[in-house]
Amino acid sequence: MFEAVLLTVITAATPLLIAAIGELVVERSGVLNLGVEGMMIMGAVVGFAAANMTGSGTLGILAAILAGIAMAALFGFLVLILVANQVATGLALTILGIGFSGLIGEAFIGVPGLKLPQLYIPGLSDIPFIGPVLFQQDAIVYISFLLVAIVAYTLFRTRLGLVLRAVGDNHGSAHALGYSVIRIRFLAVLFGGACAGLAGAYLSLAYTPQWVENMTAGRGWIALALVVFSSWLPLRVVVGAYLFGAVNVLNLHAQAVEFDIPSQFLSSLPYLATILVLVLISANRRLTLVNTPACLGKPFVPDR
Amino acid sequence: MKTMLKATVAALALAAAGSAANAADVKACYIYVGPVGDFGWSYQHDQGRLAVEEHFGDKVETAYLESVPEGPDAERAIERFAREGCDIIFTTSFGYMNPTIKVAKKFPDVKFEHATGYKTADNVATYNSKFHQGRYIIGQIAAKQSETGVAGYIASFPIPEVVAGINAFLLGAQSVNPDFKLKVVWANTWFDPGKEADAAKALIDQGVDIISQHTDSTAPLQVAQERGMHGFGQASDMIKFAPEAQYTAIIDEWGPYYIERVQEVLDGTWESKSTWAGLKEGHVVMADYTNLPDDVVAMAKETEEKIKGGWEPFTGPITKQDGTVAAEDGVALDDGAILGMNWYVEGVDDKLPQ
Repeated sequence: MFEAVLLTVITAATPLLIAAIGELVVERSGVLNLGVEGMMIMGAVVGFAAANMTGSGTLGILAAILAGIAMAALFGFLVLILVANQVATGLALTILGIGFSGLIGEAFIGVPGLKLPQLYIPGLSDIPFIGPVLFQQDAIVYISFLLVAIVAYTLFRTRLGLVLRAVGDNHGSAHALGYSVIRIRFLAVLFGGACAGLAGAYLSLAYTPQWVENMTAGRGWIALALVVFSSWLPLRVVVGAYLFGAVNVLNLHAQAVEFDIPSQFLSSLPYLATILVLVLISANRRLTLVNTPACLGKPFVPDR
Repeated sequence: MKTMLKATVAALALAAAGSAANAADVKACYIYVGPVGDFGWSYQHDQGRLAVEEHFGDKVETAYLESVPEGPDAERAIERFAREGCDIIFTTSFGYMNPTIKVAKKFPDVKFEHATGYKTADNVATYNSKFHQGRYIIGQIAAKQSETGVAGYIASFPIPEVVAGINAFLLGAQSVNPDFKLKVVWANTWFDPGKEADAAKALIDQGVDIISQHTDSTAPLQVAQERGMHGFGQASDMIKFAPEAQYTAIIDEWGPYYIERVQEVLDGTWESKSTWAGLKEGHVVMADYTNLPDDVVAMAKETEEKIKGGWEPFTGPITKQDGTVAAEDGVALDDGAILGMNWYVEGVDDKLPQ
């Protein structure tokens, strides 16, 4: 029973985790990209289409990542090169993604999809309880944890991470030191796009292997909220994504076993949990300020 | 890539066709709440629109607006259609009720048709289908096929139509197995494939072996297929997504109604009325019975014929969850009682959200 719940939680949390870890890197570089939902849904449709036409899940994933990167490149060009307003551009990116994905996906409505295979490791996968939970997931679940580890290590243990955080905290100084703020931010934005695309592919290839318009159903926005929730710390994104996934899934289980609690209240629990954690985190104001990228959302135009 | 280009070209061609066919006698316009690609509610309405185009050819021109939010935007969209010379406008979601009535007052010569609502006017008709008839049949199938004696039901929102669907399903199941149990999970959404899939998984983990849904995506059926369980399609035939799991599907067939009403506009005989039709009139259609033994198919078909012959699934004895009598033996509930249903029948393993 517990094992079954845990398995469902993992599938519910993985797309949130991937999209959020990408956006975390973007925001750490000082850019606010509200277009996660749009990049995600483009990843979902392109990943589905590519997997469907080639019959290969791997190619589907790669195509989804490329689609996310392409959307992010458009965003990067607008806000970093043309210095457009980040909030407005991000919103536009979401609207564009939802509309354009519908157009591309028209041919794939009602077409059964291809489900990513679950990895099977002889020996390990057969261990009771631990086996199915830890060693029988599809590849993207493992990639999501790998991504978190890489991002956490890079941000706080490498020079690259230091530069990225410097750009996000004080772009003026970073520029004066000779770092190319625009280039670093552009790369971070592209990374965010790749992650969002991958998260989309997880939806259309593993979570619910099909394409329907609007299938992200707001998950991109939740990923955005998770970044704030985590106060820009990678490991807390994991906690947030899994907490969110768990509360959502437990709501459904609680209803099935007939807890005498109104379902509307259970449905609102994840959001109540988010508010509660935000309150708890912001109680320690100094710590929050230390982690918030000081230049988040501020445009940068080099003097020369 | 090729398919993508094709889709784009098709869309452009469609737009071109729309502007070229101005010589039509009647223009029929449609407002959808979701994208036509939802493969559920709006998709089926659009199939109805396409049936109109095919039936009348050049005589009728159609147009549609998709993903129109319920509320002030809807009023603008409806008014735009009225100004553009639409002769009949179908507004296909409950939330379009007041905007439809408001715009209809300004354009007395335009005919309006509002789906699932209850407010009519001289130029506003309403229409809906008796989906609960199909739910009674799938309830019977569930009771025959279930080994655990418990089915799961993924519900959207506690509105009368959904509640009546749950009750009809359980009444059907109890007609086969009086001890049959039903677990209800409220997803509180019409459409979220991920959440619907999670709900299906939760129900299966809790011991149900049949999944029924009143949400719009194919995700629950896919989960049933994956886990070796069974279920029923919603709104459209979803057999392609679950070739081994789908027993049948309750299909919304709007085409016949749309053709009938557009024909009446052509003939000048259109009148405001409230239509609530079901299996008999072909507005609700059962998909092919698949993955079932012959005797169960025979039973389902027999019930289908009985309902087509005018029998009402909500015929007593019906006992409410609290033990009071809803209908005496042999007495059928009237339309008003079904359309306003806000109570569970005995045996539902859930408390109705109020």
